[in-house]
Amino acid sequence: MSIFGIGVLSWITFLPVAGMILVLMLPKERRDLIRWTSLAVAALQLVLAVLIFLKFDRSLAGINTEAGMQFLEKASWIDIASVAWFGRLHIEYFLGIDGISVVMVLLTALISFIAVISSWTIDRSVKGYFALLLLLDTGMMGVFVALDFFLFYVFWEVMLLPMYFLIGVWGGPRREYAAIKFFLYTLLGSVLMLLAMIALYFSVNVYMDPAGGLHSIAEGAKALGQGWEKIYTFNMLAMMDPGNFVPGSLLAGMDTTWRYWAYGALFIGFAIKVPIFPFHTWLPDAHVEAPTAISVILAGVLLKMGTYGMLRISFPIFPDAMRHFAWELALLGVISMVYGALVAMAQTDFKKLIAYSSVSHMGIVVLGMSSMNTQGMTGAVFQMFNHGTITAMLFLIVGVIYDRAHTRGLGEFGGLMNQMPRYAGAMTVAFFAALGLPGLSGFISEALSLLGAFQTFRTLTIIGAVTIVLTAGYMLWVLQRVFLGTLPEKWKGLTDMNGRETFMLATLGVIVIACGIYPAPVLNLMNSSLNHLSSILQHTAAATMMSGM
Amino acid sequence: MADQILKDLALFTPEITLTATILLAILADLIFRRMPLVVPAVVLTGFIVTGILVAGQSGIHASIFTSMIAVDGFAVFFKMVIMLTAVLIVVFSLGSAELNTAGRSLGEYYALLGAGALGMMLMAGASNLLMMYLAIELSSISSYLLSGYTREAPDSSEAALKYVIYGALSSGLMLYGISIIYGMTGSLDIYTINLVLPQVLAAGGAGSFALLIAGVLTLAGFGYKISAVPFHFWTPDVYEGAPITITAFLSVASKAGGFAMLIRFFKVTFIDTHAVVLTVGTWSTLQGFRWVDIVAVIAVLSMTVGNLVAVWQNNLKRLLAYSSIAHAGYMLTGVVVMSNEGLSAIMVYFIVYLFMNLGAFYAVMLIAARTGSEDIDDYKGLGQRAPFLAVALAIFLVSLTGLPPTAGFIGKLYLFAALINGGWVWLAVVGALNSVIALYYYVRVFRNMFLRPDDQPGPPLLIGGVQTSVVLALLIPTLLFGLYFSPLVQLAQSSVSIFGTP
Repeated sequence: MSIFGIGVLSWITFLPVAGMILVLMLPKERRDLIRWTSLAVAALQLVLAVLIFLKFDRSLAGINTEAGMQFLEKASWIDIASVAWFGRLHIEYFLGIDGISVVMVLLTALISFIAVISSWTIDRSVKGYFALLLLLDTGMMGVFVALDFFLFYVFWEVMLLPMYFLIGVWGGPRREYAAIKFFLYTLLGSVLMLLAMIALYFSVNVYMDPAGGLHSIAEGAKALGQGWEKIYTFNMLAMMDPGNFVPGSLLAGMDTTWRYWAYGALFIGFAIKVPIFPFHTWLPDAHVEAPTAISVILAGVLLKMGTYGMLRISFPIFPDAMRHFAWELALLGVISMVYGALVAMAQTDFKKLIAYSSVSHMGIVVLGMSSMNTQGMTGAVFQMFNHGTITAMLFLIVGVIYDRAHTRGLGEFGGLMNQMPRYAGAMTVAFFAALGLPGLSGFISEALSLLGAFQTFRTLTIIGAVTIVLTAGYMLWVLQRVFLGTLPEKWKGLTDMNGRETFMLATLGVIVIACGIYPAPVLNLMNSSLNHLSSILQHTAAATMMSGM
Repeated sequence: MADQILKDLALFTPEITLTATILLAILADLIFRRMPLVVPAVVLTGFIVTGILVAGQSGIHASIFTSMIAVDGFAVFFKMVIMLTAVLIVVFSLGSAELNTAGRSLGEYYALLGAGALGMMLMAGASNLLMMYLAIELSSISSYLLSGYTREAPDSSEAALKYVIYGALSSGLMLYGISIIYGMTGSLDIYTINLVLPQVLAAGGAGSFALLIAGVLTLAGFGYKISAVPFHFWTPDVYEGAPITITAFLSVASKAGGFAMLIRFFKVTFIDTHAVVLTVGTWSTLQGFRWVDIVAVIAVLSMTVGNLVAVWQNNLKRLLAYSSIAHAGYMLTGVVVMSNEGLSAIMVYFIVYLFMNLGAFYAVMLIAARTGSEDIDDYKGLGQRAPFLAVALAIFLVSLTGLPPTAGFIGKLYLFAALINGGWVWLAVVGALNSVIALYYYVRVFRNMFLRPDDQPGPPLLIGGVQTSVVLALLIPTLLFGLYFSPLVQLAQSSVSIFGTP
């Protein structure tokens, strides 16, 4: 599908950059014009995402086949002819989506749209703020549509700088510390990812035909045509085919030490982003200091990049290492779940509590993924989507009260139920969704994740399931502290949510309820992809066992 | 014989042009005392002509003046880097407030700049130990004078003095190393040394130990030029004290000359021409002499020490000085792998480094000329006062860190790729972790520029159209090469041929 000859994925990815350039050209006094321009761009992006949702073919699996990928876009980006001692360097501008990425594309467009609306109250350096926000948007979207590792990495890193400034300039009192901590942690992870990427590059060969098409080694050996050249590649799909690995290269074979190291390097890169315990310490700081809209993006989209990266890169490229460390991965997931919930319970700062609840909820995603079966992974991906929408609501809710009361201390509130009825309604939906009440979206994804995980890791899942109780505990406790009891004298003047806030929360609330009652439209999107991914992982297990005999 | 000399002279035209430029500059300075723009105009024209002549030599593979100097793709590449830097430095100097104070004549300054550049060009091509030594001295003596050029500034004189003392020490060490090599082989010509060395090593005895000592001593001379740890002690003081134009010149051109010479010396002298090479584009050293291990250690030290010490710096010039030490470390890792891939990675890095480092120094110079300070605390609120300059400086610093989509990332990518492909994974890991440390101190600069408002906000900093275009001329390649680096890599890959090696 293309619009004006440019593929829809390029549109959805680079629209925000175009918007950024537009915003930069506007005079900085025209604040409202800047806001409306950004909103228009985000809305257009959302429309494109809905269009993709409607046109998406639910029967195609994707993951490791080009034929299964949809909305493909391919062009030669860097092409350097080979010299005697160095092969041809060929990097493609390669975009495409399958069942896992389409969910994330939808989520990113939605959350970006909400974030722009939520940024309406920003009144310091409006121009710079929206320019950076739009740049961040491109980085996020690019990560989810890139199928070339090099391209993926560039998008991954493009996000860092806008995020640093968005937290650092528009954040709370300890913003400098939070911003640099976020930056350093993420960069540490991404340099390790870079090294793994280079190692993969030098381990994977494909054939390139004179027209520039790439063919796997098996395919190339069968139909070796005139002028076919063997080249190294950054193509992710080629990396997923074990037949393409150069014999004797660093990452060739299965279950080798080097493969474990590379998997570990990628894992740290992604785990920092998720964040999985013990790499989570940057998250509470970043969340507490970031302005509301940025917290929404951070929790809604950025955290998902970590788990998405594992599903898109780590698992299909290193199925052997994934299986080898599946238990450890599940363990870290369970620790994140329980630890996040326990720490959340101890918080008195509303925003910090939500931040730790993110650690706990993302732990469920990790546990679900590590199950290696369709159920668990479906639960995980659906949980990524649901956590995105629910946590976005939670942070908006914190933002609403903070904008009015200028405090986030949970102990200071009480009896707001009658004072702010609309607010109470939105908050109840969000909190019950977060604690997994049946009928709301969180329940379905958590149940699927745990069901899947139970088949693979019994004991761990049973321990992890304790989290459900803990979550219910701290969530209900917050509701009680904020809404019930007597209303302190000083909050008598608090106004209920205005139209803008109601619109944001209502939109997300409708999605949360709809996904809870009838999740099929979203689950259908990813079903065939996750079936396929699970069979890749299972197949590797069989192959490993065979070779072991 | 005469024919040969004429032929050789034809290949020596860039250097001859440069020499003529220096002489013309001195003459013009005497004649046009009252017209301060004549000398820079002469020098600029001379540099540009030299640069064009150098570029015209691409593809030549020869050795001239009875193998005193090699003219090959490798030398041509580094000469181009040196001349491009020299041209930019002249442009910088024209707008430098620090240099253009009333009553100072800048005639000698430009002439010395030419002399320094000539020395560095000779360093890039020298293939005889004596020639190498003379080239180093020519460039060093010019650099001593240039770094002390603003006599009235006390730290400038101090810088020059320190520079001289350290310079004298390291050239002494280097001479000692050279004399040991001469004693062992009876020759100063690196090709001959390479032929004789296997016999010396085969004879046993103290041969290989003496060679190790000689290698390390010689390395002191090169290490001083590229400011690698532990030969770096002069760098921070000189970089801080010297006029900023000269600091920028030393940080790029002088390093380029040093690197070219180091690589040529070690590759030609210690290559094992009889070894069976399994992979095209790699080579191995003579048995019993693992100098790459020493270089690897120096590279790790330079990266780590440079970065860690930079974290504590508050003066921007000093910060960039330590960062340039770290960058020398990164580039040295490319030498360690002993492959064309490593060499081309160094070259890619050098072009990238030229743009981003000169850009950073230029931005610092423009800011210092307007605020009168190079202190990091005075950068507070610059994002408001000089948005364009602050954003440009931030991009140069991001590029120095090595984040995409800037050119600095491509430089790092190529170096790490060469290391991993060459089996030096641990070195790549050290390099990668170092770039995380580097981020911390570069971020300190833009934290002050954008995150911290100035207590007493000053007036906006105005920069002229010429300055803006110079910044853009450095900024655009920094961004463009990050997204489209084919030309860069092609140039580097076609320039790896070193005369006398396979």
